[in-house]
Amino acid sequence: MEKIRTGINRLTEGFSYLETNVYKYRIILYAGGLSLSMLLPVFGFSQYMTRIFIMIGIYTMLALGLNILTGYTGLVSLGHGGFFAIGAYTTAILMLRFQMNFLIAVMIAMVFTGICGLLLGLPTLRLTGTYLSIVTLGFGEIVRMVIMNFDTVTNGTLGIRNIPRPSFFGFELTLANHGLFYLMLVLLILVTYVCIGIQNSNMGRTLRAIKADELAAVMMGIRSSRYKVGAFVVSAVLTGLAGGYYASLVSYIDHNSFTFDVSIMILSIVILGGMGTIRGMFLGAAILVAFPEVARPLMEWRFVVYGLVLILMMRFKPQGLLGWRSRLPYKIPVLKRSQTYREEKEANRRGR
Amino acid sequence: MAYLEVNKISIRFGGLTAIDKFDFKVEKGQIVSIIGPNGAGKTTVFNILSGIYRAAEGEITFDGRNLKDKSPQEIVSLGMARTFQNIRLFYDMRVIENVLIGTHIRTGYRFLDGLFRTKRFHLEEGEKIRYAADLLKTVGLEKRIHDYADNLPYGEQRKLEIARAIATGARLLLLDEPAAGMNPQESEELRQFILQLKNQGYTILLIEHDMNVVMNLSDYIYVLDYGKKIAEGKPQEILENQQVVAAYLGEGEVE
Amino acid sequence: MILQQIFNGLSLGMAYALIAVGYSLVFGILRLVNFSHGAVYAFGAHAVIFFIGYHFGLIPAILLGVLLTGALGVLIDRVALYPLRKKKSPGISSLITTIGISYIIQNLLMMGFGSEKKPFPKLFDNRIVHILGARISTMQIIMFVTSVILLAILTFLIKGTKIGLAMRAVEQNEKNAGLMGINTNFIIAFTFFLGGISAAIASVLISGYYEILYPTMGFMVGLKAFAAAVLGGIGVLHGAIVGGLVIGVSEGLAATWFGSQYRDSVAFIILIIVLIVRPAGLFGRKGIEKV
Repeated sequence: MEKIRTGINRLTEGFSYLETNVYKYRIILYAGGLSLSMLLPVFGFSQYMTRIFIMIGIYTMLALGLNILTGYTGLVSLGHGGFFAIGAYTTAILMLRFQMNFLIAVMIAMVFTGICGLLLGLPTLRLTGTYLSIVTLGFGEIVRMVIMNFDTVTNGTLGIRNIPRPSFFGFELTLANHGLFYLMLVLLILVTYVCIGIQNSNMGRTLRAIKADELAAVMMGIRSSRYKVGAFVVSAVLTGLAGGYYASLVSYIDHNSFTFDVSIMILSIVILGGMGTIRGMFLGAAILVAFPEVARPLMEWRFVVYGLVLILMMRFKPQGLLGWRSRLPYKIPVLKRSQTYREEKEANRRGR
Repeated sequence: MAYLEVNKISIRFGGLTAIDKFDFKVEKGQIVSIIGPNGAGKTTVFNILSGIYRAAEGEITFDGRNLKDKSPQEIVSLGMARTFQNIRLFYDMRVIENVLIGTHIRTGYRFLDGLFRTKRFHLEEGEKIRYAADLLKTVGLEKRIHDYADNLPYGEQRKLEIARAIATGARLLLLDEPAAGMNPQESEELRQFILQLKNQGYTILLIEHDMNVVMNLSDYIYVLDYGKKIAEGKPQEILENQQVVAAYLGEGEVE
Repeated sequence: MILQQIFNGLSLGMAYALIAVGYSLVFGILRLVNFSHGAVYAFGAHAVIFFIGYHFGLIPAILLGVLLTGALGVLIDRVALYPLRKKKSPGISSLITTIGISYIIQNLLMMGFGSEKKPFPKLFDNRIVHILGARISTMQIIMFVTSVILLAILTFLIKGTKIGLAMRAVEQNEKNAGLMGINTNFIIAFTFFLGGISAAIASVLISGYYEILYPTMGFMVGLKAFAAAVLGGIGVLHGAIVGGLVIGVSEGLAATWFGSQYRDSVAFIILIIVLIVRPAGLFGRKGIEKV
């Protein structure tokens, strides 16, 4: 036991040390990482490999979505499979029944998932902790039941077949022409960008304060219920996006694609990677998605491993593999033109 | 009309009357203390003032405005902020981030500004961060800006909590036992610090057990026992009040 | 027909109550929703069938299986939850840990027994009794009676014995109970043991009623029992019983009125409504947060 602890800690220490020392070169690193992932298909991977990379990307998006809720705000959702399903079904139905373009379908799906997130978020005004988690779990199961019983729209237990692949200007994106891979990359970058934006702005700070001590946050004038519902909506929208892409990727979905297992898998990624971090979601998704593929003989053990991941992380490293406290100093911007915002606004007005 | 005027507020929990027709006022620029034995209902008064509880009866006027049915957020934005008896910082966040949370209520930019990092976002965020750094400097925490809140020693955590309250733009600070758990030297430092706040123009309502702090700082004192006001007056008057001594030392009824 | 569903609901509901008590007891003491309880329930029936498979005979197999499940409850507490308590981890850690445990138990059961549905042996020679035109099987009567007896014993244990007094003391204030010389860790382990055996007995009863068992059976039943516990006011023993009966009867009625595919949704809907309208449940007290 002690060994596990020191092992994990040493790993994190190492990463943390890296962060402090490679910070200057981060632009190069990001650019390098990005171009490497862009070149992945060129290395001539099989469709099987491409598919795994894509699944890692999807689960990274899902984890980034859940992270906003669980990582920053501290609300544990056990029903994100439900949002994933809503995003996927909405996209699939819009594309099949109304011949909509993928992008438009996904956008509508995101809006719709967001509305569902709003509805699920409203109970947060009254519920805390475990109770909230249970309601989200109930939500996930109710979504599945609606899918199974609402035959006219969802085709019931038969599922939806032949969901078209995304196509732009008549060019169909497939696994073979790597279009799906690049689309995933674009969406993933988009989602990451949104998450970084939230993390570095007032919203992210506020959510973390609510997680740390909601009452104290309220006493600082934060309308915590508004922010919690907001976190639900953003989280749902990002999950819905991943769902829409997933539907178009696999082209067949049914109620069994979105079980409780999926919700737990997403949660495991968030916890393994490190709640409240963005980097952690990438590592967590890579490990947990690739694990059953790499360790084929252990395939049937994988759910046991997910369970173990949750338990061991909570016991030895609740902050996750990549969840350390940054040692970099907080960035205090220097006044560039010795002007404050208001003064600048004044100046602009006078100037024009 | 006084800066803060509390008129006959009462609150009941079940059958227990926790606060019974308590009234007091605070003039601008004053340091006013509420003292009383444990369980007298002092913190409950703070909870009513800051909008956590709602008084069953009575009126509260702050800066000319009625606080009835105001949410905690509205009360903060009117210029009143508090600290807690057992310090409640955001321990997992940096010192400066704690202060930045204090400035939340004055954030003008929107969610989408943050998402797309507009000019407005950059300027305003920069302005807030510099403000927070300056504020930390004035309270003497400039060396701690980048630290995490739970790494601070006790006395500095208290200071940070007060700085966080100041950052909301509040002019009236409710300090709930700021000297609790401090040694004589720390509490003396705290006394200086509160005095410095007063000189900067802040109005302070104080709950405190440390008599050294209370008697040396307060302009006026109210004594609460079993939810009722049993005495009020200048420090010297309170010290000589028989009823107060009785309440504190637990003697029987004073004839 | 409605009367029939009410009778069905009452017997099933009593068994739900037996599981709900496990949630309630643990929540009362640890303020933790023990997510692994559903998996422990599933483990119960599988343990019994395992011993039956080794020709232990029905009654010894049930006894062994039930005790083993109780021991599993204790093991969960000792191995996974106790270290977290010692570290004073936040509540979310324990919650996630119990999710992990339920996952492990459920999937180990799948690997050991296969994930398909298997027949559970008939516990009794089933006969049908007609009461007011409704058909009631002896199994249902036995399910009802056994649950009532067990719940009565549990109530007596908690209200009338020394160890029950200690449990209530720990529930009120764990730290002070410890200072008064109560071995709180033993009491918590004992609570998990009680939860384990009552879940296992409910598991045998329900599996015997449907004559079927499978590794994921605990998921839905666990949620229903949890809904029952919340409806009655989690942490309140008699609340769990009333909650169990309400859930049992209303799912029977829903199946009659709306069709059997809605049987399982009812518990969720009741759960969500209760949590939103009155989170403290029917008999629970509302706590005041101390600032």
